[in-house]
Amino acid sequence: MENNSLSRESKLEDKEYKWGFTTDVDTEVVPKGLSEEVVKLISKKKKEPNWLFDWRLKAYKHWLKQDEKEGEPEWAMVEYPKIDYQDIHYYAAPNKSDAPKSLDEVDPEMLEAFEKLGIPLEERAQLAGVAVDAVFDSVSVATTYEKQLKELGIIFCSFSEAVQNHPDLIKKYLGSVVPYSDNYFANLNSAVFSDGSFIYIPEGVRCPIELMTYFRINTADTGQFERTLIVADKNSYVSYLEGCTAPIRKSSQLHAAVVELVALDGAEIKYSTLQNWYPGNKDGEGGVYNFVTKRGKCGNKSKISWTQVETGSAITWKYPSVILQGDDSIGEFYSVALTNNHQQADTGTKMIHIGKNTKSTIVAKGISAGKGNNTYRGQVKILPSAENSQNFTQCDSLLIGDQCGAITLPYIEVKNPTAKLEHEASTSKVSDEQLFYLMQRGLDEEEAHHMIITGWSKEVFKELPFEFAVEAGQLLKVSLEGAVG
Amino acid sequence: MDKILEIKNLKASVTETEEKILNGLNLSIGKGETHAIMGPNGGGKSTLVNVIAGKDSYSVDSGEIEFFSEDLIEMEVDERAKKGIFMAFQYPSEIPGVRPWQFIKASVDSKRKFLGEKELSVREFSKIYDENIKIVGMNQDLMKRSLNEGFSGGEKKRNEVFQMLMLEPQLALLDETDSGLDVDALKSVGDVVNRMRNNERSFLIVTHYQRLLDHIKPDFVHVLIKGKIVESGGYELVKKIEENGYESFV
Repeated sequence: MENNSLSRESKLEDKEYKWGFTTDVDTEVVPKGLSEEVVKLISKKKKEPNWLFDWRLKAYKHWLKQDEKEGEPEWAMVEYPKIDYQDIHYYAAPNKSDAPKSLDEVDPEMLEAFEKLGIPLEERAQLAGVAVDAVFDSVSVATTYEKQLKELGIIFCSFSEAVQNHPDLIKKYLGSVVPYSDNYFANLNSAVFSDGSFIYIPEGVRCPIELMTYFRINTADTGQFERTLIVADKNSYVSYLEGCTAPIRKSSQLHAAVVELVALDGAEIKYSTLQNWYPGNKDGEGGVYNFVTKRGKCGNKSKISWTQVETGSAITWKYPSVILQGDDSIGEFYSVALTNNHQQADTGTKMIHIGKNTKSTIVAKGISAGKGNNTYRGQVKILPSAENSQNFTQCDSLLIGDQCGAITLPYIEVKNPTAKLEHEASTSKVSDEQLFYLMQRGLDEEEAHHMIITGWSKEVFKELPFEFAVEAGQLLKVSLEGAVG
Repeated sequence: MDKILEIKNLKASVTETEEKILNGLNLSIGKGETHAIMGPNGGGKSTLVNVIAGKDSYSVDSGEIEFFSEDLIEMEVDERAKKGIFMAFQYPSEIPGVRPWQFIKASVDSKRKFLGEKELSVREFSKIYDENIKIVGMNQDLMKRSLNEGFSGGEKKRNEVFQMLMLEPQLALLDETDSGLDVDALKSVGDVVNRMRNNERSFLIVTHYQRLLDHIKPDFVHVLIKGKIVESGGYELVKKIEENGYESFV
C-alpha cells in the first residue's frame, strides 16, 4: 500500500502545467526599464491625448515618491524576492501596424495559441454566445460580436480603442474608483498600463450576452499592466467574465492590473474571474506575481458582485472591493482561492458601507494543499452615514495534507450602531473517512478529492455562469494534481 | 461451488495502535450465498468488512484474502469497489455540496468505465435511479440535499441500500445496516436484499441482532468472537444465539 501511493504521487507531480507553451510572434518591445521616457513612449505609441499622458506622468511621479519613501507594501502574508523594476519590459505589442479587422487578418500562430488555451475564437466563442475581446500580450487582436452589441449602444472594446473613440467616457471615469495614487501597484499600473477592456452599458440596457476576455502573458519577462473599466449606466445590467492562463517562464513575471467598476443608480455589474496564471513549478521556481487592484463603486439601489476562482500565480495579492456609496446598494464577494506546492495567496475583499440600507455578503473559501499558504484578509467598514447596514461574512478554510496553512484576518470597523454584522468561520480537513467512503464507491483518490473539494466550493461556483462553473471545477482538478496521494 | 471470497488465517490490527483485532479468521463465501456474521461488540465484525473493503486504518498482518481467486490485500480501495465489492457503511460520511444523484452517477460511471461498459446516458441513468428510489422508499426531497447531510440515521441506511441497488455488486458487505432502523425501514432493507439475491451475487451481513436476519434468512451464520469464527451453521444458529446469548460460545 505504501509503495503504491508513493509511486502514484511522483507520477502526478511530473505532470506539467497544461497551458505551458510559447508562441513566436514578432513583438515590438520597448527596452527594459522604467523612466519618464518609457511612460512617454507608451503614451505616444498608443497615440494618446495629452491629458492622459499627463495623468500617466502624475501616476509615475507619485509611484517614484512612494517607491523611495516606503517601497512595496509589506503587510501581506506573502514572501518573494525583491522585484527589480528596471529589469522589466513595460510595453510589448504584436508587430502589426494595423489591427486586424477580421479573424482572417489575425496571425495564424496567435490563433493557434488561443486554441491551445481552449478558446477557438471563431467557433466556440460564438457558439457559446460569448463576445470575446482577446488580449494577447498588451494589445487586443480580435473582437467578436461588436456589431451586435453596437446596435444596443453597448461599447465593448479594448481600452486603447476606447481612448481613441470614446475619450469623454474615459476621461470621466478613469481613476474615479481607483485613483492613480491609490496604492503602489495601482500607481505603477496607472503610469504604464498597456491595454485591457472597456465596457459601457447605456441607461436601461440589459446586456444580452456574457462579455468575456482572456488575458495572457506571452513575451518573456513582460510585465502586463492591464486596465479595465466597466461603466454600467442607470438601470443597466452586465455580466463580465475574465479568464487567464499564462505559459511557463523560468523567471517570475509581474502582473499588476487595475479594474474599475462603476454601477450608476439601479445598475448591476456581475464580474467573474477564473485565474490560473502559471503558479511556478513544484519547487516554487517561476510563476506569476499577481498584484491586482479591483474595486467597484455603487450608486443608489445598484449592485456589484465579484466572483473569483483563483488557482494560479505564485503570489496572489488581490482584494476586489465595493464602495457602497449609494443608498440601498448591494456588494457581494464570492471567492475560492486554491494554493498548492509553494503558492501564496493573500486575498479577500473590502466592503465600505457609506449609503443607508446598504448590504454586503462575503463568502470566502480557501483551499490549501502541498506547502501552499492561504490568507483571507477582509475589511468591512460601516461609516456613520450608513444607517441600517448589514454584512454577512463567511470564511471557510480547507486543508489537504499537513504542510499547508490557512489564516483568516477579518477587520471590522463599525461607526453606526444600527448596523448588523454576522461573521462565520470554519477550518476543516478532507477526512480519511470521507475519502474511504468515496473510494469504496469506485472513485480513485484524485476523483474523490475533487468531488469533496468542488462540493465544498459549491456556494461560490453556483454564482458563476454555467460554462464557467464547469471550467472552474476542471481548474481545481488540474491545480490539485500532485497534491493528492 | 464457485468461490467469491476466500479468507485464510487472517490476522489484522488497527494501524495506528497496532491493537490486534482479527486473530486467524477463516471464511469462505460461494457464489449466490448469503452469510451472516454475528457476535458481541468488539469481536471484530466491523473490522472484518472494513479489511475486505480495504480501509487503511486497519493493517493485514498475515493471512490471505482472495476475491475471485485474486489477491485483495494489495489492491486499492477503488479497484476492489469497481471489481464488485460494495460496503454499506454503518456510519456513512457527509459530503457537503455533493448531491446524492451526482455522487451515485459518478460511482456508476466509474464502475462501468472500469468494466469496459458503455456509459449510461442521463436519461437511462435517471430511469434506473427513479425506479430504485421507489424500491427503497427514499424520500425524494432528501435527495436534493447534500449527501447524507441532515439525514437521520435510518435515512442514511436506506441511502446505502439504494446505492447498493444502483451499483449491483458481486459481493455486498452490510456493516450493521440494521442498527438504528425502525420496523418499517428494517423490512424494506430486508426486502431489497432478498430482491437482489440471485445465483451470482453474495452477501456478507454483519449484525448484532437477529431481527434483520429474520427477514433475510441467511444460508450460513457464523459467530465471531475475539477475532475468530468460533461456530458456523445455518439459520438455526440465529435461534440458538437468541436463546442463549454469546456466552455459550466462549
